[in-house]
Amino acid sequence: MKRISALIIGAGQAGLAMSHHLSARSVPNVILERGEVANSWKTERWDSLRLLTPNWQSRLPGHAYAGDDPDGFMSVAQTAKFLDTYAATITAPIETRTTVTRVRRIGDDYEVETNRGLWSCRNIVLASGACNRASIPQFSTGIPESIDQLSPLAYRNPSQLRPGGVLVVGASATGVQLAAELRAAGHDVMLAAGHHVRMPRFYRGRDIQWWMDRSGLLSTTVAEVDDLQRARAVPSLQLVGEASTRFLDLNTLQSAGVEIVGRFTGLRDRTALFSGGLANATALSDLKMNRALDGFDAWAAEAGLTDLPAPERFAPTKVAEAPRLSLDLARGRISTILWATGFRPDFDWLHLPVFDHKSRLAHEGGVVARGLYVLGLPFLRKRNSTLIDGVGADAAALADHLVSTNVRHAA
Amino acid sequence: MNVQSNVTVNNGVNTEALIGARGAFAEAPQAAQFTFRSSCSWIEGTYSANKINSYFGLGQEHERKRTFSIESDHPEVFAAADRAPTPPEIALAALASCLTGGVAAVAQHRGIQLRSVQSTVEGDIDVQGILGMDPEIRSGFSSIRVSFEIDADASKDEIAALVAQSQKRSAMFDILTNPTNVNVSLA
Repeated sequence: MKRISALIIGAGQAGLAMSHHLSARSVPNVILERGEVANSWKTERWDSLRLLTPNWQSRLPGHAYAGDDPDGFMSVAQTAKFLDTYAATITAPIETRTTVTRVRRIGDDYEVETNRGLWSCRNIVLASGACNRASIPQFSTGIPESIDQLSPLAYRNPSQLRPGGVLVVGASATGVQLAAELRAAGHDVMLAAGHHVRMPRFYRGRDIQWWMDRSGLLSTTVAEVDDLQRARAVPSLQLVGEASTRFLDLNTLQSAGVEIVGRFTGLRDRTALFSGGLANATALSDLKMNRALDGFDAWAAEAGLTDLPAPERFAPTKVAEAPRLSLDLARGRISTILWATGFRPDFDWLHLPVFDHKSRLAHEGGVVARGLYVLGLPFLRKRNSTLIDGVGADAAALADHLVSTNVRHAA
Repeated sequence: MNVQSNVTVNNGVNTEALIGARGAFAEAPQAAQFTFRSSCSWIEGTYSANKINSYFGLGQEHERKRTFSIESDHPEVFAAADRAPTPPEIALAALASCLTGGVAAVAQHRGIQLRSVQSTVEGDIDVQGILGMDPEIRSGFSSIRVSFEIDADASKDEIAALVAQSQKRSAMFDILTNPTNVNVSLA
């Protein structure tokens, strides 16, 4: 059995940032990685995906984008390379091709079983990501077998799909991007939209991420929101990493010929049922966007930023007069259902009593239990906890916590 | 969230109690399981009367101080005596009341004083469905429209947000917009 002070599980941006901060605090650490550095980026993302954050925002502790296109958006391959470079720069001790199969508590230590042997450690940092599994509704098991079902983790490009119609379920960044791509490839596309967040890519001459970053919205802490559960469940903004595409919203998709329906609520026999509440979902989204823009305008005025173009407001989301409420799935219009219904982390190998009644990992700002930490989950400590730009500060805070707890425990 | 605790707002809604209930239910989700019921008796023709009193919640049965009654009938054009509203009209009324209560609760929580809240609900039904004349036509409403007129100490967008948030949390809005498994049995 090998022994180390801290084991980090996962060599993505979170694990690498944590290794950097632990090494800087002289805490011996090793990263266990099931594949290679940036594994999810290399194996579980679709071909056309680009980061939703501009290059200037790719800032990790000790490493930042230094190319000549700060306002561009990295492709998946460029993101993987960015992380490979980071791993080499910080000379992180990484055991690749090492899958953790079980974590148990033995006295004051953790015993970590992998496909390449046993480890013992005092501290564990879970940095395996927030998007290991696609969250797909239970009723999907009742979908007729004639229809292919696909998650964004398995989707690569439109050539994977059979000819015929596609029902994309979900209207966050993933859903709207894939609906647009499949429509452009010639498919008949229907998009089922529940609650979603509409946002322009750029506003008053600046990227929306500039507004969120500079106004302080992204550094909002868990203590500053009044309903943390809700804040953690907010879907990703309807954005695409492409500077010229101002909106990839339901209006854009409808103009491209995508049929918008309400939330996919269930099946009655072989008929898909969609909510009649679509108009309110779009109204809430428009109001939310306008409140965000109001907030940015107020911040800009207070900060005395007078050289910006004037504020503007956008036409509301159009909704068909009578959106479709049902679709007979046996009639052949749809050959594929793409579930863009969100993701969740996979902690099946974590055999510890650290989950809440909904099987979610319970934590306080990333502290799960003594010596057990998690990084990279939605709104872990701040609104930007899931961003490459936000994980560094979270890692620093948890590294400090780890060091002070270990010192106290040893004393 | 624009909770303006410095402003004294009274819409007659005890939001502190409701927020307290949220905390209690988070600790004991079983207590949040409620069952509502109504007992209906046929009187004559399409005329019937519901008695509403007991319900289950917070882990036990509750008896109210009084029993409520809701009667229903059909209008004369359906060859009935028109002694009470039709069941679909009661459903529309239930939606309006649910949304209105929601507006008041959300306004209270957001520190918005209401002066008046008026609404009109309309539902369209093609009665060929009820009469079984065309299987393509459903029996229920093909569409429902609710129109609110609200006078309150708030901007137009804030008032729109009250109405939108009320829909998001409304039981009747959910009941009418999403499918529900309904089982009818013979005792």
